[in-house]
Amino acid sequence: MAADMASSSPLLQGVGIDKSFGAFQVLKAVDFHAARGEAIGIVGPNGAGKTTLFGVLAGAFPPTAGTVRLYGDDITDMSATARCRRGIARTHQVPRPFLGMSVFENVLAAANHGAGLAGGTAEALAVETLERTALLHLANRPAAALGLLDRKRLELARALATRPQVILLDEIGGGLTEVELHLLTDLIGTLKGDGMTIVWIEHILHALLRIIDRLVCMNAGEVIADGEPVAVMADPHVMRAYLGSGVE
Amino acid sequence: MMSPVSFAIERWTSASRLTAALSAALLAVLVILPLFASGLVVDKATTLFVYVLLAVMWNLLAGYAGLVSVGQQAFFGIGAYFALRLVDFGVPPYMALVVGPLGAGLVGAALSVFALRLKGGEFAIAMWVIAEALRIAVMFDPAVQGETGTSLLALNAFDPELRRNLTYWLGLGGLTAMLVATFLLLRSKIGAAAQAIRDDEEAAGSIGIDVMRIKQIIFVLAAVGCALAGTVWLASAITFQPRTSFGVQWTVFMLFMVLVGGLGTFEGPIVGAVIFFLLQEIFGDFSVWYLAGLGFVAIAFALFLPEGIAGWIQNRSEVRLFVTGRKLRINPQ
Ligand SMILES: Nc1ncnc2c1ncn2[C@@H]1O[C@H](COP(=O)(O)OP(=O)(O)OP(=O)(O)O)[C@@H](O)[C@H]1O
Ligand SMILES: [Mg+2]
Repeated sequence: MAADMASSSPLLQGVGIDKSFGAFQVLKAVDFHAARGEAIGIVGPNGAGKTTLFGVLAGAFPPTAGTVRLYGDDITDMSATARCRRGIARTHQVPRPFLGMSVFENVLAAANHGAGLAGGTAEALAVETLERTALLHLANRPAAALGLLDRKRLELARALATRPQVILLDEIGGGLTEVELHLLTDLIGTLKGDGMTIVWIEHILHALLRIIDRLVCMNAGEVIADGEPVAVMADPHVMRAYLGSGVE
Repeated sequence: MMSPVSFAIERWTSASRLTAALSAALLAVLVILPLFASGLVVDKATTLFVYVLLAVMWNLLAGYAGLVSVGQQAFFGIGAYFALRLVDFGVPPYMALVVGPLGAGLVGAALSVFALRLKGGEFAIAMWVIAEALRIAVMFDPAVQGETGTSLLALNAFDPELRRNLTYWLGLGGLTAMLVATFLLLRSKIGAAAQAIRDDEEAAGSIGIDVMRIKQIIFVLAAVGCALAGTVWLASAITFQPRTSFGVQWTVFMLFMVLVGGLGTFEGPIVGAVIFFLLQEIFGDFSVWYLAGLGFVAIAFALFLPEGIAGWIQNRSEVRLFVTGRKLRINPQ
């Protein structure tokens, strides 16, 4: 099923993306595409530019050159807010909770503003999302009181509560126990089964391999391999990029 | 498939219900206060209303939306100025004192487009520059007579006691309206969005919050509130001097009241305003040393007790008098 969905036109696409911070070029002519319903893993050594690519796709900052498309529409100049409302959600690698609000209020804000829901409908979505992300028991906890792992769960919950078409996950699995990681991967698999497009940056390959259709490897701001996961892992360029850096 | 969780949202507690009832009772007493209290008490109460209103507005901006402005006197002054000019055009004075602040809200809406593009310290300074620019612009109006200023002479036509009471009711009505509006706004999804922006603007955008629009709503509401404080002040002082109405001392007062009372709490600015009012009663002057002392205390609080008095109490007690958040209660299956 995933295979024939993956063959339809790209839902989210970055074409020829350059991104520089000052004189430092972080992304170099990156081409990226995700088809509707596809699950893609992104790997690459530290500093490869993976998070920066998410920033460009989600609209946190504009690319220096290149075009971002959603359903074929040019959204390069569109704000992060508008992109979220059109169905692009992301999590942040370093969690960015709203510290002065409770966990429930964090997620409800996403349901209200990102999914555009009001009243009881928004509240029900927030509760359901908290349950799925194993945060329900912490609903009334101030976000400031959460530890790192729960803050990562909150990132995921908030992104899901915007009811996205495509979700960009940035290292949400790190630090989890094997059991927790398994549950998280199951959840992401369920989302994929519901038709959501998944793009997941993760260093933990075996978790990725359980759900992804395609693997993209980045190194030094470039996409060095893109394709069937096992083939990408066997690619000599990928092997060389990883020499000396740990991948599980 | 999991069965949906049965839940309830708690927005009122017994303490907050009691507070609402007591507030309504207090309001009822305050409405009829002029019928039995002395003129001095009525005048003092009017002054207190102005302080509370200013503090609540500054807290709305800084404490709930992260917009630290050192130029809210722009609206305090421009509201009073608009009211004066409306009276010149024949609008009845007490109507002008209400309509003037709405005009200030329009000025706020126009300014917001530029000012809210700036972040942090730049926004703060820009607001101060705007206040100074408006003061200078107003001084060019021949009717204001530059530094000398002018007076709302139309108020002299009223019997002094009636005028005192009308001004009091204007202050009470304005304060009540703005307090209720602020409370309802903070409980709405706009209020939650403002707090999200305060905590992390980029993250707020990433979950679909329209950062600019939310800030504009807060900014305009605070402009109207500060302008109302300005017209109530004008009605009790009668004289209008640009240097006083657009004076930076108002910012010092607001900072003092909110930082001492408790930034980002609903109760804080009210507590801070009462403390400030009492200080004014004891030391009451506007000398440079007094202002410096207030500023010093405000900074000391920011450094050593950043949550302020109300926040300090809230950190040690579960009781909330005004509940703006939402608690989730899961019903047992
Ligand atoms: N805002 C910024 N300003 C300057 N340099 C930045 C900025 N953001 C990222 N960089 C730099 O860009 C490079 C790529 O960063 P990025 O976070 O995209 O890498 P990554 O592939 O996500 O790495 P990691 O696996 O460590 O998360 C790094 O060298 C980083 O220091
Ligand atoms: Mg990264």
